[in-house]
Amino acid sequence: MTPASQSSERSGERMIRTPEGVVFALALAGPVSRCLAWLLDLACLSVLFKLGTLASNVLGLLHQDFSQAVSILLLFALTVGYAIGLEWFWNGQTLGKRLLGLRVMDVRGLRLQPSQVVIRNLLRAVDSLPLFYLVGGVFCLVTRYAQRLGDLAANTIVVRSAQASEPHIERVFEENRYNSLRHHPHLAARLRQQVTPAEADAALQSLLRRDALAPEARVVLFGTLSAHFKRKVAFPEEALEGISDEQYVRDVADLIYRK
Amino acid sequence: MIIDLQKFITAERPYWQELDALLIRQERDPYRRVGFDDIRRLHYLYQRASSDLAKINTFSAERAMHRYLESLVGRAYAFIYGARQKAVRFRPLAFLLRTFPATFRRHFRPFALSLTIMALGALFGGGAILFDPEAKAVLMPFEHLQMDPAERVAREEGAGGQDHLQGAQGRFSAFLMTHNTRVSIFVLALGMTWGIGTVLLLFSNGVMLGAVAADYLLAGQHAFLFGWLLPHGATEIPSILIAGQAGLLLAGALLGAASERPMRERLRAVGPDVVTLISGVAVMLVWAGLVEAFFSQYHAPVIPYSVKIAFGAVELCLLALFLGYAGRSSSDRRQPERNRHRGSYRS
Repeated sequence: MTPASQSSERSGERMIRTPEGVVFALALAGPVSRCLAWLLDLACLSVLFKLGTLASNVLGLLHQDFSQAVSILLLFALTVGYAIGLEWFWNGQTLGKRLLGLRVMDVRGLRLQPSQVVIRNLLRAVDSLPLFYLVGGVFCLVTRYAQRLGDLAANTIVVRSAQASEPHIERVFEENRYNSLRHHPHLAARLRQQVTPAEADAALQSLLRRDALAPEARVVLFGTLSAHFKRKVAFPEEALEGISDEQYVRDVADLIYRK
Repeated sequence: MIIDLQKFITAERPYWQELDALLIRQERDPYRRVGFDDIRRLHYLYQRASSDLAKINTFSAERAMHRYLESLVGRAYAFIYGARQKAVRFRPLAFLLRTFPATFRRHFRPFALSLTIMALGALFGGGAILFDPEAKAVLMPFEHLQMDPAERVAREEGAGGQDHLQGAQGRFSAFLMTHNTRVSIFVLALGMTWGIGTVLLLFSNGVMLGAVAADYLLAGQHAFLFGWLLPHGATEIPSILIAGQAGLLLAGALLGAASERPMRERLRAVGPDVVTLISGVAVMLVWAGLVEAFFSQYHAPVIPYSVKIAFGAVELCLLALFLGYAGRSSSDRRQPERNRHRGSYRS
């Protein structure tokens, strides 16, 4: 089996085509969220430095020179090893990235290899030039997959890793115990034939998010949608009698999504 | 045609939840051994979720469902296709005694180039001091190098048994290790500037080295120069050269001369070797730091120059033998097979 290949891509996304021929998108992290993650890591590192200094001060009571040597080595190990260690053991995440829902991945959508983690972090030496990751930031803005130099060298990308939760569309239909449009199966079939997936999705999303809308906006939205669907297929008057625009849209979604 | 979404979800949800649970278990403990039956089940569930995603892509535009399945398929895909060919257990001794020298030899050309660049820099620095002694202030911007060599030697030797690093060797040694490792990482990282930065840093290090050497040789302080520089320089200078080798390797992959493979593939091929080289450099610099702090800074009469020079010369010979021959037979036997697997980018 061959690894993924790239498909047609929208901005801010890395499309992966699996060997099974299925395409999925990875949402790329932008420079701002990456910068925030870095600031969080910096804060975390400064706390670790502080703790390290305290520990070496205690050691200094026994041997001054040894404690200073340990302090220098610890500072260096933390600076270089913090991101390398965490990205390897936390599967592409540092503390800052984890808090902001970011993850480093192989550019082909695969898991990271150790050499990739090391290279992308060692190349921070160049990306951070001349100050505050200016070089890395510019590369992030101009490269196709928002990669800094370290990412280019290591073949990595930073993606938004928030896991989507399982969709619950039942509540839209559970409230729809009786659907007067079902009494006209030939019209229902015509409606299913004429409504595009995008139109059906617009109806479903409106119903799923109805509680988030202001009452006036809700009336306008369902009025517009209802008029649109009524133009597609004209159901007889008795089927529409006494039902609101919102109920009509609910009935339409019910017809489309539940055969 | 639009699929019956509720029926679809009701039928497929148990499979998605099972796949999600398997993936969560694996993500929580990436080193967990997965049994054959689990892998088969995971693969089946992945294929099923992929097929569901394809259906959703074709027959429905429901976004939440689409996002959910994309996330599920993406995670399963990374796990299934990102699995390592064999379990990687890091063996430090084997890495140091076999992998590192074998990698060094495999990419000897960038090392030779690195050496040539530094040697040219040294010639330039030496020539500059020879023809224009005033250039010393520009080429050696360090206070202890600014003074007259004879004066410095007299001062160091006159100190007799006095130890100016008394009680600070550990700190000095740690500083040297970290500083030199930082410089080496920088030399490597600058490989991503198409090698220009790496070349400039190697050349400037060569200029400084050549200028110091010329200054002390012209002042007739041969013994002091070699006694001072050889013990730690025998490891430290090759370390910088190997860091340059790693940087040039990266630059070679970036430029891709004489290679028809895409840049991404070239960089992927050299990645593990670049990491091996810089890791070896870090280990070498720990040794160099210890030697410089605890040995190099002590001159005659505390430690006779002959002892220091002999120590440095032996170190250099051992390093050359190590890099030239260590792990040779086993690495050479594995080489062709390894390259076939990785499609390695040869420099």
